[in-house]
Amino acid sequence: MQKEVNQSLAREFGLSAEEYGKVLEIMGRTPSLTELGVFSVMWSEHCSYKSSRVWLRQLPTKAPWVIHGPGENAGVVDIGDGLAAIFKMESHNHPSFIEPYQGAATGVGGILRDVFTMGARPIANLNALRFGSPSHPRTKRIVDGVVRGIGGYGNCVGVPTVGGEINFHPAYDGNPLVNAMTVGIAPKDRIFLSAAAGIGNPVVYVGSKTGRDGIHGATMASAEFGADSEEKRPTVQVGDPFTEKLLIEACLDLMATDAIVAIQDMGAAGLTSSSVEMAGKGGVGIELDLNMVPARETGMTAYEFMLSESQERMLMVLRPDREAVARAIFEKWDLDFAVIGHITDTGRIVVRHNGQIEADIPLAPLNDEAPLYTRPTTETPKGEKLNPARVESRVGLASALETLVGCPDLCSRAWVWDQYDSTVGGQTVKRPGAADAAVVKLEGLKRALALTTDCTPRYCAADPETGGRQAVAEAWRNLTAVGARPLAITDNMNFGNPEKPEIMGQFAAAIRGMAAACEALDFPVVSGNVSLYNETERRAILPTPAIGGLGVLDDAAQAVGLALPPWLDIVLIGATTGWLGQSLWLREIAGREDGAPPPVDLVAERTNGDFVRGQILAGHVRACHDVSDGGVLVALAEMAMASGIGLRISTHPRDIPGHAYWFGEDQARYLLAVPDSTATIKAAEAAGVPALRIAVSGGQDLTLPDGGTISVQALRDAHERFFPAWMDGETKGD
Amino acid sequence: MKAGIVVFPGINRERDMAIALEQSSGVKPRMIWHKETDLSGLDLVVIPGGFSFGDYLRCGAMAAQSPVMASVRAHADRGGYILGVCNGFQILTEAGILPGALLRNAALRFLSMDCHLRVERSDTVFTARYQKGQTFRAVMAHGDGNYFADDATLDRLEGQGLVALRYTTQQGNVPLGDITKDANRNGSVRSIAGIYTPNLRVLGLMPHPEDMVDPLMGCTDGKPLFDALAAA
Repeated sequence: MQKEVNQSLAREFGLSAEEYGKVLEIMGRTPSLTELGVFSVMWSEHCSYKSSRVWLRQLPTKAPWVIHGPGENAGVVDIGDGLAAIFKMESHNHPSFIEPYQGAATGVGGILRDVFTMGARPIANLNALRFGSPSHPRTKRIVDGVVRGIGGYGNCVGVPTVGGEINFHPAYDGNPLVNAMTVGIAPKDRIFLSAAAGIGNPVVYVGSKTGRDGIHGATMASAEFGADSEEKRPTVQVGDPFTEKLLIEACLDLMATDAIVAIQDMGAAGLTSSSVEMAGKGGVGIELDLNMVPARETGMTAYEFMLSESQERMLMVLRPDREAVARAIFEKWDLDFAVIGHITDTGRIVVRHNGQIEADIPLAPLNDEAPLYTRPTTETPKGEKLNPARVESRVGLASALETLVGCPDLCSRAWVWDQYDSTVGGQTVKRPGAADAAVVKLEGLKRALALTTDCTPRYCAADPETGGRQAVAEAWRNLTAVGARPLAITDNMNFGNPEKPEIMGQFAAAIRGMAAACEALDFPVVSGNVSLYNETERRAILPTPAIGGLGVLDDAAQAVGLALPPWLDIVLIGATTGWLGQSLWLREIAGREDGAPPPVDLVAERTNGDFVRGQILAGHVRACHDVSDGGVLVALAEMAMASGIGLRISTHPRDIPGHAYWFGEDQARYLLAVPDSTATIKAAEAAGVPALRIAVSGGQDLTLPDGGTISVQALRDAHERFFPAWMDGETKGD
Repeated sequence: MKAGIVVFPGINRERDMAIALEQSSGVKPRMIWHKETDLSGLDLVVIPGGFSFGDYLRCGAMAAQSPVMASVRAHADRGGYILGVCNGFQILTEAGILPGALLRNAALRFLSMDCHLRVERSDTVFTARYQKGQTFRAVMAHGDGNYFADDATLDRLEGQGLVALRYTTQQGNVPLGDITKDANRNGSVRSIAGIYTPNLRVLGLMPHPEDMVDPLMGCTDGKPLFDALAAA
């Protein structure tokens, strides 16, 4: 029994009255159920970017090293030695809230496919995770499921998970963020694209069979959550990392031949989006026979076939004379291989099932007349700059430091990383926690990639434009701090309901900030993903434009980490004003979340960062760490904890209160451990970069400028306590 | 020693293993698809780590039934050398070539971290370049590495000197059986990380020496194992 297609069903499918009117106009008749399904997913926020496209256009996307920017399955940049890095980050927020393990696992699976579909062997995974307050009853279960899901999928496919970030905030109680990033490598002249071509060429389906899972996932990802979200569990897909691994190997085998004309993974909106996008980009038509699609269940309807989001599937257009070669490769890997249609010259998608035409839609209007909204925006009211002299400190530096390094946002993530295989492949030079960015060497070469994910949502909430600048600048800084040359970013824009002007205002401002930073730092956006409607029961998340950054090191041996060797000088690079607004000290010690976030001076970022990278590559630096959450003292403590070596820390300038100087979060700063600080400071002066010797390494304690002392071991105990105690009920000393 | 690496669907550390073998021997190992049965000309058969057949059944249980395994068993019977690492160790126990079983880690979580291993004897082809009692560093990355066998089997292994490697602290202290954070993380009985067959020609171990053969990745503690195999 088929539902009657009318405006009310269209509404149920997420199309507005106006959008449904446009469908009627394009079709010239009432669409079939399958056709309505196709329109509704293609025009969903998730697939069409209808609220965000006007703003995304502001982002810089070009540089001499960019081979493919946004618009393909992933971004592609030239990294030298004839190779390209292919990378992207994508969200799986809504599924991960409903079903944390499978939501996170299939998030990893989906982003892997976006990358290997372009011809790359995936060499690294990263993630950016935001969870609700640890005291919220759901948070623990979500953290556990998401971490297990990421590990379960990534470990099995054999791609090392090398980095990521985690924040906690009550704004994510009802809506965690799971953003997964994959980086792959391919010869730069062997990049595979998705534009279909060649009238009569076979359209081939490979991978897992199609079932009824994930139907309308893309629509779910385009709506707010209510109390009924549990009922949406059937829209979450189930991952099969073993099949994904076979699919990677089979696709790479096939890509070594000349059989492929075009290829795309079946991600959100499955067969619909892959076929519509491939034919649309190629300016051709496509005809599919759903009876040829390998099915896991019997009795599936055309609507279900077209809307299923079953995982681990790819769609390809092959050269007709290479079909046998391709079939043999997929048979070797025990994967389904089926010719399900062919390319036509009609400019239409025609879908047949059981001898009937179930859909017949002109592709040009389906793709080109997708709705585009310039939604109203309102500016986020700006907080006042806090005067550090007016923010009283009631605790000494040692006590504040111990609290900060143990708080959920700053504590050790080892409990999480220890569940991710970070070494498979044998090329991981800097594992999670060893350096500001992960460093992964390219097999058989000296060259290495540096990778990071970054965003500071509390800055973004207070001032989205500054937060957008800061997220991009921090990614650039983290790559710089290992000695890498930053090349490009992928962005994952996580925001609330775009129909609310204050949310759209956050989005627009964040883009403005990001664009300015990308421009100033020659750090273009080459791929990305937008996730809107991150709200549950009307409560929006903090605006979270997560940035995935990629940089390159010509020689992996030049990479530096943050572990502090003994008997070195520590030089602070960059200007310190004691900026306490929106700092973690303010939140964790003073119990306040207010003030303006630290401004990001992009000229200083560039100058200071270029200086630091130069020093590292010249071999003058033994360890380096950027100064971010928690300020200078937390950064010093992190370097000390990484090696177990202590520090004697100097007094600070008298015109800034101690707690503001040591815990303020001024931007564009780094700590360098150097044998000869005089030479470093002289070089910094010549480059116009503020530099100050602030500590000497050695011993097993941190001797603090206010006379306090704390041992590195005591700091480590505080740092490592939270996750095991919270998740497994373990206490230190068991 | 001429080496081949068996590749089952879902294996994922075959490249790491090939790099380590080639680095020590100068020769690329032969890659053997699990449906092949011809192992002729090989002195050493390596079964690397990964998730063969997804480990959707017991780890290694499906792979142990693959066509190549009859040839691997014959190779063992002929006195050929076999190295099984991680999933490879699990497959060897599932195939009955090595005794015991690898259970879920005691804490029921995947463990990815460095570990330290104590060399229990140095008169085998695998450990000839280590000293007896020496501690070396390797990477562990597994969800099911908790070695178990009954007491009679364990006593026999110990009595015949077939325990190859034990988890230890960095200083070389082997804890007695219990799970400890600084040594025996997965809860293996008697801290056993690797065992031999009675002829000392088959070694199965959970940690990955092949990921510790380049100073850039942390250290070269695993390299002596591959150097010894290359020279044998």
